Amino acid sequence: MTETNETDREHYEAVVVGCGPGGAAAASRLADHGIETLVLERGMDAGSKNVSGGLIYAEESAPYTIDDLFDGFREEASERPVTDYYIHNVAGNKVKSYDLTDLHEDDTDWCDAVLRRPMDSWLAERVHEKTSETGGGVLTNVRVNGLLRERGRITGVTCDELDPIEAEIIIAADGVNSELAREAGLMDWEDPNEWFQGVKAVVEMEPNVIDDRFDIDEDEGVAHLFSGDLFEDVRGGGFLYTNEESLSIGTVFHLDSLVEEQAEPHELLDALLTHPLLARWLGDEYDEREYSAKLVPDSKKVAHREPYQDRLVLVGDAAGQMQAQGPIIKGMNHAVTAGALAADAFAVTRGNADPAAAGRRYTQMLEDSGTMDKLRPRRYDLARTVGERDRVTDAVERVLDSRVGSLAIGNPIADRVLQRAYNSPFLVSMLPDTRTGYVTLPSIIGEEHGRTLHWESSVEPPSLDERIGDLTYDTDVGNPHIEVRDASFEASGAAVYACPVSAEDFGGGCYRSEEVKRNGTAETVVSLDTQPCVECGTCAVVADTEWEHPRGGKGVEFREG
Amino acid sequence: MRSVVLTKGVPDFSDGAVSFNEEGHLERGKTPTVMNPNDAFALEAALQTRVRHGGHVSGMSMGPPGYSAVLEEAMEAVYTDDSYLLSDRELAASDTWATAITLSAGIETYQEEIGDVDLLFAGFKTADGETGQTGPQTAWALDWPIVTHVIALDIDPDERLLRAKRLVEGDVDEIETVEAPLPCMVVTDPEFEPTYRKASHRLTHKRLREETQNRAAAHDRHLTTWDHEDLNLDPDYIGLDGSPTIVSSVDPIPKAPSEREATMVDPSDSEEMNEILGEFKPYAAATNGADGPNAAEGGD
Ligand SMILES: Cc1cc2nc3c(=O)[nH]c(=O)nc-3n(C[C@H](O)[C@H](O)[C@H](O)COP(=O)(O)OP(=O)(O)OC[C@H]3O[C@@H](n4cnc5c(N)ncnc54)[C@H](O)[C@@H]3O)c2cc1C
Ligand code: SF4
Repeated sequence: MTETNETDREHYEAVVVGCGPGGAAAASRLADHGIETLVLERGMDAGSKNVSGGLIYAEESAPYTIDDLFDGFREEASERPVTDYYIHNVAGNKVKSYDLTDLHEDDTDWCDAVLRRPMDSWLAERVHEKTSETGGGVLTNVRVNGLLRERGRITGVTCDELDPIEAEIIIAADGVNSELAREAGLMDWEDPNEWFQGVKAVVEMEPNVIDDRFDIDEDEGVAHLFSGDLFEDVRGGGFLYTNEESLSIGTVFHLDSLVEEQAEPHELLDALLTHPLLARWLGDEYDEREYSAKLVPDSKKVAHREPYQDRLVLVGDAAGQMQAQGPIIKGMNHAVTAGALAADAFAVTRGNADPAAAGRRYTQMLEDSGTMDKLRPRRYDLARTVGERDRVTDAVERVLDSRVGSLAIGNPIADRVLQRAYNSPFLVSMLPDTRTGYVTLPSIIGEEHGRTLHWESSVEPPSLDERIGDLTYDTDVGNPHIEVRDASFEASGAAVYACPVSAEDFGGGCYRSEEVKRNGTAETVVSLDTQPCVECGTCAVVADTEWEHPRGGKGVEFREG
Repeated sequence: MRSVVLTKGVPDFSDGAVSFNEEGHLERGKTPTVMNPNDAFALEAALQTRVRHGGHVSGMSMGPPGYSAVLEEAMEAVYTDDSYLLSDRELAASDTWATAITLSAGIETYQEEIGDVDLLFAGFKTADGETGQTGPQTAWALDWPIVTHVIALDIDPDERLLRAKRLVEGDVDEIETVEAPLPCMVVTDPEFEPTYRKASHRLTHKRLREETQNRAAAHDRHLTTWDHEDLNLDPDYIGLDGSPTIVSSVDPIPKAPSEREATMVDPSDSEEMNEILGEFKPYAAATNGADGPNAAEGGD
């Protein structure tokens, strides 16, 4: 009753939406510049909504890295550093491993494994301290639900929990499926080809057991990547990273490939978890702490070249700034860079009468710092337009499939060349998104060069039902955040497979298909229950839905991330 | 804006905590004391006022020294700045009248020694007495206006006015909007819900929480205890001597009769079953009709 009759709007110099790495970096830099900054985060705690693999990179060439902005980050907020890096090419029970340390170390100052809940909540505390000093702070449990406009111009944000807030700059660091980017018309959620889906399990393991099984010291860590035929024909790969007292094991697949193959994400993860290759690391006791999933944008295709409109600027996943450099996934580091640059851009254009001055400057800074070229290499765009890639791929695929091709790859010289090729940042960034890179080549390598694993895995991953049961939810009863617009199987059936917490013939998930009889004819329709939803964003793209995030604090709460 | 919240301790009536003797009397000594549940809403209202308008909030309670724990709880829960305990042997066994006289003296002493009070908050009824009288009697003793059953509250500090929504219970619940000048006493309804729709309010709320953590840990340093002399009260008008109420007897609430008749029927014995179904017939008539076996197949 109070606020409705108050006419004066709340105003902050800067509003940052989202407190992941992008938002935290932006807010921290804004506070450094003495700017009054309000950070709005929908989770009940920063990090409670977030998932990554995840390795956070500090690139030598980047204008900002996370430890530049947050003293003590590596000591207090990250897990183990990555000191060894391998890729395993799998063909059935045969595996050929390459040391990828060269690729991993290219342009890398350091790289640590992280878990997002502890990392982001640590960052949010620092950000709150800093922004409080300039008259702002971090508020959790607040979901921004739209852009405030005056005479058609963006002037602020609207929220579920708060009255509208005006700002000189609005930094949308609201991650993949950014509702603000969508509302501004800067990004859309239409084409599965522009996204990956990541699914992950955090597996409990004592620190000394990790040291033993991976043959590392307590201050060392490893990264293992997996590709080949263990995921059938689905394009993507798997990863395993060591944390202080757990492992992060997951998969990242092209969303269009998941849809085409009608693959079940949790089964693909299980294929990795139960592969004999992992048996020696996982041992007999498999204790899964958390199952999670999230979409990942593919910057090569979607990184917005001019990610701003009026006073709104997009940073991180919201702007599609997630780089898949072959098997290496770099999203968090770019979100940090972009957040900090956006803040600097606002600081230098402060007081400029043109509302889009900061956005323009930020765009320039992304170019000048070389960030945009990493995210969206011009050469990739060029190759794509002339269709050259398709022709090359076709040819290579045909040769590889033939006996001659396999033999060629199989000779000892090829083995060395291949390892070198894998370690070339240029080559892996140009790797086409086809079966060749993800399945054919690795399987042939595995087949021809691999040694056969003779042991078996005794790992029994939990069922989907158990995984959902182990997650924490605060359900917004009677207020579902997703609604199916077109329930026909043609329009929305893909979600039954692609949703990481749904499966065909599983009644306890989000999406189900059922047969209904209407006027004598049987028809398959899709129904949705959002209760077990992990807010990954998949069905926003692959199904015909009205898709929003839940209200502040509601929905799933990740403890690991 | 300066507010005082009245709160008191009550026996913890929750299962497992409460203890009764053989005659069904409450065993005070064996039952832990907790904050009167309804006071939580008063405290929330005081906090909301503090968050929106700034100022100072004090907790006040009348009772034995152990009630300081309740005041500490208030500090932890809603970030009161300091606590005042009106505690004295002479105050024991006060009825609502004597309590109101004592509390109003507490407020007057507070105004003399600490500062003028704009708002006095109290919860609706205590869980042990259930009289609901202390609030109105205190306001009467202070000669202040009182607004009861408040579910939403808005203060206009410039006009020194309070606007409140109150839940008026009757055949139909109605919500009444009232205005009152400050200083004023506010009795919250259990339906009271604080709202914080401004970012600045939520930031203040968060800052208060952070600041309170250390303060509540050293609660004793923020606690002032006043006896009847500090309060300038004549022992003849307080405690048992000053209580006109005489509790003549306490009747235990009779238990619901637990005798029921049950007849066991063997479902395979058709004769008995028919007999039983016959007894149901008069009741069945009312529901038999539209919901017949074919009704579900209506539709399109
Ligand atoms: C399985 C998987 C593996 C990955 N592996 C890696 C890896 O190894 N290395 C790497 O660098 N990256 C990895 N990524 C990508 C990386 O997680 C993202 O690129 C990165 O988190 C982007 O950061 P951000 O700050 O832009 O967004 P996010 O980290 O997603 O943060 C967005 C924040 O905004 C909040 N928010 C969203 N909407 C609203 C709203 N409306 N109102 C208020 N708050 C809102 C969210 O709760 C969240 O806290 C991986 C991703 C996945 C899914
Ligand atoms: S319902 Fe949609 S957003 Fe939720 S988990 Fe499934 S696919 Fe992801």
